[in-house]
Amino acid sequence: MIEPFSVLTSRTAVLPVENVDTDQIIPARFLTTTQQSGLGRHLFADWRRDAQNQPREDFVLNRPDAVGARILVAGRNFGCGSSREHAPWALLDYGFRAVISTGIADIFRSNALRNGLLAVVLDADSHAWLLANPGVEISIDLRSCALSLPDGRAISFEVEPFARHCMLHGVDPLGWLLSREDEIHRFEESRSCAA
Amino acid sequence: MSEPRTLFQKVWDRHIVLPETTDTPAVLYVDLHLVHEVTSPQAFTVLRERGLSVRRPERTLATVDHSVPTDAKAWAAGLGDMDHAARHQVRMLGDNCGRAGVRLFGVNSSRRGIVHVIGPEQGATQPGMTIVCGDSHTTTHGAFGALAFGIGTTEVGHVLATQCLLQRRPKTLLIEIAGRLPRGVAAKDVILAVIGQIGVGGGTGHVIEFRGDAVSAMSMDERMTLCNMAIEAGARAGMVAPDDTTFEYLAGRPMAPTGIAWDKAVADWRSLPSDPGAEYDRSITIDVARLEPQITWGTDPGMVMPVSGRIPEPAGAGHRKALDYMGLQPGAAIAGQPVQVVFIGSCTNSRLSDLREAAALLRGRRVARGVRTLVVPGSQKTRQQAEAEGLDRVFIEAGAEWHQSGCSLCIAMNGDRAGAGQYVVSTSNRNFEGRQGQGARTLLASPATAAASAIAGSVADPRPLLEVERRIA
Repeated sequence: MIEPFSVLTSRTAVLPVENVDTDQIIPARFLTTTQQSGLGRHLFADWRRDAQNQPREDFVLNRPDAVGARILVAGRNFGCGSSREHAPWALLDYGFRAVISTGIADIFRSNALRNGLLAVVLDADSHAWLLANPGVEISIDLRSCALSLPDGRAISFEVEPFARHCMLHGVDPLGWLLSREDEIHRFEESRSCAA
Repeated sequence: MSEPRTLFQKVWDRHIVLPETTDTPAVLYVDLHLVHEVTSPQAFTVLRERGLSVRRPERTLATVDHSVPTDAKAWAAGLGDMDHAARHQVRMLGDNCGRAGVRLFGVNSSRRGIVHVIGPEQGATQPGMTIVCGDSHTTTHGAFGALAFGIGTTEVGHVLATQCLLQRRPKTLLIEIAGRLPRGVAAKDVILAVIGQIGVGGGTGHVIEFRGDAVSAMSMDERMTLCNMAIEAGARAGMVAPDDTTFEYLAGRPMAPTGIAWDKAVADWRSLPSDPGAEYDRSITIDVARLEPQITWGTDPGMVMPVSGRIPEPAGAGHRKALDYMGLQPGAAIAGQPVQVVFIGSCTNSRLSDLREAAALLRGRRVARGVRTLVVPGSQKTRQQAEAEGLDRVFIEAGAEWHQSGCSLCIAMNGDRAGAGQYVVSTSNRNFEGRQGQGARTLLASPATAAASAIAGSVADPRPLLEVERRIA
């Protein structure tokens, strides 16, 4: 069951890279797990640590000001590539609750929302401002679908209404699907008659 | 008279259990759910914890591909050295499928293989179906006129429990591929060129329909290569309208309909192609009559160039980062770049026709000294067929490795991997940083380009070798 999400206030961590693929978010060698917990330590494994397993100091998550940030701002088309849900699992386990970009890949977005990681697509200007001002404290209000910048500006964004409803109220989509059993059954019956 | 509809719309409409509203997505029925060891264990666990069963085991088909070793030595040792976690994952899939009554082509099955190779090969993949799998390359099955796309593990759970998914209707993008493909230029080159043109996010939110003379002329293997990489343009799915080529491929496959049911199915499938006048949200045309073999120079599949070209000047920070990782210089020719590994395999290019293409160039030749060449068939059946034609001998005599089937070096989580800094010409689908091993540098290309590069020991255009073959013939 996902933790309900209404307002998130946090400093941002900024990763100004476009087309961040899920192989970077969590490399495939960590996918032999059968659990979904504990993946945060492998988040961005090869960008956080070098071949000798030493921290790369220039990587955003290794900088002191990124500690505790719960909002990741990244370049366009974040989460492209593989469908691995381990990517949002790793981001959540690490401590992120929201990802902001000008574009988010379809499967990643769906996986993120199903797990309570808010994927926010912003207009290019607001996004450019966030990229240029790393570490600012911002607020994301899912009730009003608005993001507040430190200067008081509010920027609206869109989230698929059902995913928003599920995140706001901690509703489980599987439970909702299971409640449509009669319709599913009727659909199957009608198809077997037609065949 | 009803509105003209696209292929996508027809398949979508047939599977609507509940239409979408402003507040709720559509409930979409899934005809075929493909399952593998890596993205399913957590989904089965959720079902078990909630006391739910698999609603339609007969619509579910499982195999092992991602984490199973393909290396001959690993198999000779009875997979004794297999990674402990990977072994547990494979065992767990066996247990989960056993309990649920799901058909599994397991480690020792002769019908095992890469999930996107065996679906079509077994005839499980059919036109007009909705097909999903916890794997982004599920788009492959769209080659048959199915609506097929990748999902995450939570949704794998949804489908196991309800045979349905919550989905918003995607938009449609028509890609018309005009012209006749020149000799030595493959479906892989076409899709790389498409991604180069529209970008790795260019298809986001869309289902692509590929059509045009070049597509009609393609075999099913080629259409699968095309649709396989629709996801690399960010598309939800790729589709090709079914035609006689599709039906000929499917006829007689183990899981395809037979007798009267076959005739009825074909009659129905013939109604699937887009109606004249059907509208798409976007459309583009690409002429391939002068297309050259393509190869990637960067760290996403959109960073692509003709194999005869020079590495482009970086346009922005992303390109500089990619060139830095790849250790390549702008302005230099890509042909002649030394390579250490060549990989012929993956759900993009591991089918019999791909192996034949590579073998045609490797026959009677040798892989260059110092180049490790892995040939990994997409399935055990493909492997058998290749051996029946003697292709395994061609590869082995050329100095290449002949493997068991699986994902192998495409995902490097099964023992096959390239070393840091090594250059790999690969027929797979992703050249992301570290995809083929930490620090490994991937150059995506067709099987012919990969084979020519293995022979040369450096990136090579396959066309001169093909010309030699033609003259000899």
